[in-house]
Amino acid sequence: MATFLIRRFAAMVFAVALISVLSFVLIELPPGSALDSKIAQLRQSGGEISAEQIRALEDRYGLNDPIHVKYTKWISRAVTGDFGQSFTMDQPVSTLIWTRLGFSIGLSLFALIFSWGISIPVGVYSATHRYTLPDYVIQVLQFLGVAIPQFLFALVLLIFSATVLGQEVGTLFSREYQNEPMSLAKMVDFAKHIWIPIVVLIAGGTASLTRIMRANLLDVLGQQYVQTARAKGLHERRVIWRHAVRNALHPLVMALGTTLPTLISGEVVISIVLNLPTTGPLYIRALIQKDMYLGVTFLLMLSILLIVGNLLADLLLAWVDPRVRLDES
Amino acid sequence: MTSMVHATAPGSSSGQVNPEARSDANDEARSAEISQWGLIWRRFSRNRLSVWALRTLLLMYGLAVFAPFLAPYGADRIDTNHSYAEPTRIVFLDGQLAVCALEQSLDPFLLKYRYVDDCSRARPIEFLPKGDPYWLFGLFKLEVHLFGITPGEPLKGGAVPVTPVATPTGAPADPLASFRVQQPDSVAPKLDTVKNPPKIYLLGADQQGRDVLSRILVGSQVSLTVGLVGVFLSLTIGSVMGATSGYVGGAWDNVIQRTIEIIRSVPTLPLWAAIAAALPRTTTIVQRYFLITLVLSLVGWTGLARELRGKVMAYRSLDYIAAARLAGSSDLRIILAHMLPNAASHIIVVATLAVPYSILGETTLSFLGLGMLPPAVSWGVLLKDAQQLDSVLIHPWMLIPALPVVLTVACYFLLGDGLRDAVDPYSS
Repeated sequence: MATFLIRRFAAMVFAVALISVLSFVLIELPPGSALDSKIAQLRQSGGEISAEQIRALEDRYGLNDPIHVKYTKWISRAVTGDFGQSFTMDQPVSTLIWTRLGFSIGLSLFALIFSWGISIPVGVYSATHRYTLPDYVIQVLQFLGVAIPQFLFALVLLIFSATVLGQEVGTLFSREYQNEPMSLAKMVDFAKHIWIPIVVLIAGGTASLTRIMRANLLDVLGQQYVQTARAKGLHERRVIWRHAVRNALHPLVMALGTTLPTLISGEVVISIVLNLPTTGPLYIRALIQKDMYLGVTFLLMLSILLIVGNLLADLLLAWVDPRVRLDES
Repeated sequence: MTSMVHATAPGSSSGQVNPEARSDANDEARSAEISQWGLIWRRFSRNRLSVWALRTLLLMYGLAVFAPFLAPYGADRIDTNHSYAEPTRIVFLDGQLAVCALEQSLDPFLLKYRYVDDCSRARPIEFLPKGDPYWLFGLFKLEVHLFGITPGEPLKGGAVPVTPVATPTGAPADPLASFRVQQPDSVAPKLDTVKNPPKIYLLGADQQGRDVLSRILVGSQVSLTVGLVGVFLSLTIGSVMGATSGYVGGAWDNVIQRTIEIIRSVPTLPLWAAIAAALPRTTTIVQRYFLITLVLSLVGWTGLARELRGKVMAYRSLDYIAAARLAGSSDLRIILAHMLPNAASHIIVVATLAVPYSILGETTLSFLGLGMLPPAVSWGVLLKDAQQLDSVLIHPWMLIPALPVVLTVACYFLLGDGLRDAVDPYSS
């Protein structure tokens, strides 16, 4: 276990380092950046102070240096938590990203737990009631869940919420609670707004997970030990939940490797449509306006999120399925 | 006779050999000649839903080929006098289907244009009229469209009030009616109205008065093919990487597997967005199109490569490969002639299931303003116009381009599912 963790941790550090290089090059390489326009703006205003500022910026970010020097300058500060400056927002990147990242993680985690909570019982029902009307309905819903682009689903729910429910949309809190301290009423108000992104995220995740759950349980139900359990005279509910479902769960955990990136991608898109204060809107804006340090940091952080998530998924897999040996392979 | 054995599969529901084919002993032998692909096609055609998905997709690609002819207007035909015109009502006048002219006036409260039917200037819907010029297949410059409205004498029957025969999408109720200050007409300031010539907007018009139907049809050319080309590129890269990695093994395998791991540990959409943002923005539409397919396949090849590597590694230890090697086949020949054909059906399934993700990728990127850029037309570009909530509430037809996206993606998933079951020889 310890050797596994050490090996995995080393591999993670290596991967993060490589991704930081790749994303830095990717975002730094195209000509014309927000820093350039900032300097142009300073140069235009002229004067001794501006000239000094320009010199400081050039020195700080290594403007006239080759790209590997720029990267070294950036990464040596980044490991201490200083990710540079956002030139369009005139704020340090580190003050901009943490709350937004935290919100993204919370949203994704919440959606993940709910997707599992829904897809396991629904998948079990679908498999045990194969070829009945509810099973067909569930399968049609699965197809819709995968086929509808998430930004579109978010847009449709937004319209539904605005017209049918008459809710104020596009924010997380109603105007009257915006600057209020946390209270029960504010939490209720928050719930009224947060349901749309959560429903959209859950819909995408649940659709594929239900499908996996159904297929696996059908496989397991055909195995002989299930027949043995029935022959022993066990109650059907016990046969399914105690004997069959437990063995059908681990592909669901393995699917985390694909569920997590989908959740993170989905969260980015949905939050742009819904204008949520998470990574999505700021990240895409940083990309379009070439606000490179903000963009690089977001891309790197989202990747770290995925890498850590995958590690946790592996550990979880070893926990639910004793046949998996972490130290081998 | 052999071709009949191939073709009659849909009828035989339980997978038995066609009774006709069994009638004499010769045919018995021939039925054993059905190729692997024939068997796959048989199993596939038993799945009704997948067959329908395939038909729908073929129809949509057919429509895309003839899109500029089917579209009543050019995709870029701007007409600000028809800004956000509602889906046109179709009326029955003088024994033919016709559309009324629209009078445009500005609503001073909503700051949006209102349109009033003026049926005294109605014109019939004509078939094969001349309209905006276009290139068909990039070869023929044509002006003829399937249907459209041409200027000319108004229909006489329009002088008396008429009732609409059909509204294509249903003119929407005003969703903001309750918010609007109720004022008598006399108080509202009278603004100049524009007397438009009649035009046909079956699915409404966008902000610049461009026909949404025409734009959806023309946009399908990009949206339907970008996924295919992207997956084709992924397939090419993935096949080379996957096959060599599985066959050669060792350090090369290690390098490729680590590369795939690195690419896969960056979330897909943010990575796509970062690459797309790094692309030069001053390219032609065609260049941008291929750059976007490249972006999609740079991430997409990893999945295909992994699948193929697994297959090749499994085949490597099989006897028939050893036999081929002993017979003196080169490595290249073993991969190309013995391994790839064996994995082909599997590759096709994985590729088919990758296409919808590619299509969704283009749509999402374009929706975010990072994919195809105007003046290029794709479904994602059209949906970008539907990003503003207040605008969509007043002009709900701006969301119509979403329907073909959902339909296409659903059909590809159904098709891929059917193919997967069909290539598995053990499926019942």
